[in-house]
Amino acid sequence: MNFSRAKSALLAAALAGSVSLPMAPAMAQEDTIKVGILHSLSGTMAISETTLKDTMLFLIEQQNAKGGVLGKKLEPVVVDIASDWPLAAELARQLIEVDDVDVVFGCWTSVCRKSVLPVFEELNSLLFYPVQYEGEESQRNVFYTGASPNQQAIPAVDYLMSEDGGSVERWVLAGTDYVYPQTTNKILEQYLLDKGVAPEDIMINYTPFGHSDWQTIVSDIKTFGSEGKKTAVVSTINGDANVPFYRELGNQGIKAEDIPVVAFSVGEEELSGFDTTPLVGHLAAWNYFMSVDTPENEAFIADWQKFIGSDTRVTNDPMEAHMIGFNLWVKAVEAAGSTEADAVIDSIVGLETPNLTGGTAKMLPNHHITKPVLIGEIQDDGQFFVVWETEDLVPGDAWSDYLPESKMLEADWTAPINCGNYNTETKTCGGSAQ
Amino acid sequence: MLTQILRLALLTLSLLLPTQMVRAQDAAVDIPAQVTALGEASLRELGTIITTLASTGDPAVVPVLTALGEGNLYLDETSGAVVIQRGSAITDPLTGEAVDLGADADLSRIRVNNGLRRDISAALSGMTLMSDNPSTRLSAARGFLSKPDAANLPLLDEAIAAETEANVRSVMQAARAVTILTSEDASIEDKLAAVPQIVSGAGRNAITILTGALASAPDEVKPTIQSAISGLEQGRAVWGALQNVWFGVSLGSVLLLAAIGLAITFGVMGIINMAHGEMVMLGAYTTFLVQLVIRQNFPGLLDYSLLIALPVAFLVTGAIGVGIERGIIRWLYGRPLETLLATWGLSLILQQTVRSIFGPTNQMVIAPTWMSGSTDFFGLAITYNRFWIVIFALIVFFMLLLILNRTPLGLQMRAVTQNRRMASAMGIRTPFVDAMTFGLGSGIAGLAGVALTQIDNISPNLGQNYIIDSFMVVVFGGVGNLWGTFVGALTLGVANKFLEPYAGAVLGKILILVLIILFIQRRPRGLFALKGRAIEQ
Repeated sequence: MNFSRAKSALLAAALAGSVSLPMAPAMAQEDTIKVGILHSLSGTMAISETTLKDTMLFLIEQQNAKGGVLGKKLEPVVVDIASDWPLAAELARQLIEVDDVDVVFGCWTSVCRKSVLPVFEELNSLLFYPVQYEGEESQRNVFYTGASPNQQAIPAVDYLMSEDGGSVERWVLAGTDYVYPQTTNKILEQYLLDKGVAPEDIMINYTPFGHSDWQTIVSDIKTFGSEGKKTAVVSTINGDANVPFYRELGNQGIKAEDIPVVAFSVGEEELSGFDTTPLVGHLAAWNYFMSVDTPENEAFIADWQKFIGSDTRVTNDPMEAHMIGFNLWVKAVEAAGSTEADAVIDSIVGLETPNLTGGTAKMLPNHHITKPVLIGEIQDDGQFFVVWETEDLVPGDAWSDYLPESKMLEADWTAPINCGNYNTETKTCGGSAQ
Repeated sequence: MLTQILRLALLTLSLLLPTQMVRAQDAAVDIPAQVTALGEASLRELGTIITTLASTGDPAVVPVLTALGEGNLYLDETSGAVVIQRGSAITDPLTGEAVDLGADADLSRIRVNNGLRRDISAALSGMTLMSDNPSTRLSAARGFLSKPDAANLPLLDEAIAAETEANVRSVMQAARAVTILTSEDASIEDKLAAVPQIVSGAGRNAITILTGALASAPDEVKPTIQSAISGLEQGRAVWGALQNVWFGVSLGSVLLLAAIGLAITFGVMGIINMAHGEMVMLGAYTTFLVQLVIRQNFPGLLDYSLLIALPVAFLVTGAIGVGIERGIIRWLYGRPLETLLATWGLSLILQQTVRSIFGPTNQMVIAPTWMSGSTDFFGLAITYNRFWIVIFALIVFFMLLLILNRTPLGLQMRAVTQNRRMASAMGIRTPFVDAMTFGLGSGIAGLAGVALTQIDNISPNLGQNYIIDSFMVVVFGGVGNLWGTFVGALTLGVANKFLEPYAGAVLGKILILVLIILFIQRRPRGLFALKGRAIEQ
């Protein structure tokens, strides 16, 4: 066996894999508005992002049935970023320059957003990003329709500390090893320390993407939780790694009554491949649950299931975020009378659209939106039962107030500040805001 | 409005029933009214009702609370009745009799949260401590361990006196000891005597309980608790190391299962098969389909669905393997570069096919009851799914060894690998043997897929996660040697698990890769290198 030949062949194979063809529809009619959809349809993130691509097609079809926008039909342009982030930047550029789209909806992971950001800034286009993320960012061309940490992580911790949540005193912060869990855990750790939690009562643990052998970590959590203080796990574990994690929890007999796990990346979609009986009572914090009983939500679910042709398909939080982002963009385009990026950026701030849980989402000057925060317990049918929610809508905060390096920063993309990281102490803009 | 009237009517009606009338008078609490009120109570109100029901001490409320805790208590929105639903059977929560709600019944579950579940299990402990069933008594005693209350002492004393099973009694004594240790009135002597009882009876929770009690304990008792804790912790350290070995063995057995098919196709035949992971994935999807058929047609066999899936998965992936060999690989023998690219392309095609057919989301394979949960083997926590996978990996390995060394097919396989032309001259149909060997390797990958449904996601990407690890194991163990694969898989598993607590999962994985690179530099042919002329070809 010639191993060096094999190695170079492997390399060649890897190179070949990184170039995949976009699946743009061939028809290019004159009087359409093109909407770019930039999601992974293959690779590790396909499990979550394929649904978002379908959601966008669904929203566009609905809007076209209503007559489109500004009298023109919307035309989706779908590309597959194949869970490959440099490719995402390339395809974003292609969408804007070659396909000439007016707006892009896309990305799931923070690393995807970070790699396409410079492209949107350089070419002055628009990106709507639908997933909860770590904050510490506000960019003029990006609209963050998912939750920032103060709309998900902080309220979840508050709930667990409260009497209703079990008065938790000891914390395991477990996450996948990349930017979202790292930053969120940094904010949470500081927040817990500020609340008087001792440093030895916080355990932080990171695992690689797709980690499947959780025996050691779950047994460590069990030991950590056996010190006589009420313990909870705050999980920022992302993607495929969740199923083996919960399975190991169930098998090692960790019940939600003893050590509850509150997750920020586990929703209806992730639980649909899964027997949730051993998980009943574990928690998730989101801004939307499929089980929320409102007429808007009922109609959305019915329309979605009709579109996708299956009455078992679930809805989840990032789907709602895409819906809100899409509706806000439509309103902004109609208000501005144009799809030009600058006009939309100016007109979108302050616009409101109803969300699916009965409130309204308002686009704030920092390009984040207002959201309710819901805490749900997992049920044995893979749905969530809302056990707690915030009384008011929570405005998204771009820069965390709990980190010393960012607490004096504010983002405001309206005149006269027009800055993503305005320092309220020195009254200056910090320049490039990423 | 209508429901309220109906509810009121039902309430009056139920009060008129003679049996319940008696109970209600007994307890001075209107139990049926309280149960009906559960139907539309908020979480906070549920808490009050649970406390009220528990305070009656009436055995009739046990099924109500059990059902509420398990999520089997339902409200019929049409009639306002509260009923228990298990499967298709609908019963009255208090009388246990079947209820016919009519066709327009609209059942909605009465939901509870973690806090209420804790309250319910504590309340039930008090009521089921004298049950006839030893396992019910045991779980009741365990409930007392986590929620000590001085008011329960007489009850515990009574239960200990009546208890016949030694292990249940020891847990009850521990529960009594915890109550004494945490109560304010007990004497110092009693508290000192309580500590060893907790150590012997509370099992894995002893450290939790003692650490919790330490802060509030009087100064005279503190040293005793301290020394008990440190004794327990020493024991835990020893068992912790053994536990790590077990974790390593179980990780190793997963690696072994994933790699062993590759040890045939890559190790014996020398084919770089990048689609090996997809064979594993197809095995997992076969399991999913088999279970789907069983669930729909023969629900009684659900517990055996994995056993039934084993031969099916082996045959399906084996047949696909033969197809791949006949259709693609046989044209590429002796051209490793092209084989690699062709099989890698094939792996993408297979992944996308599965994604198009089944969708990108995970599929569900229910764990059979005998593979759920865990057991305490002295101080070791052994989860059943891992345990059976270790056993299964060993069985597959030794079966394969048997096939290679003790069957005509095995003999022909080895002959063809060692000297194709000579074997052909002896009358062996080498193309047939090639196809069978590749089919065997693929079939075994399918078997691995069945096992992996119990620990990993069933998604189109399943195979990708294992292909690198599989090649790593085969190369590390020594190409062409099954024992090398065996030792290589277990070594990597145990090494990984010993590094993980110190270095963390991310760094641990990197360290393993670095160590393997260094090892391959020193011994390019792996742990067990084949010697002789065959390897020089």
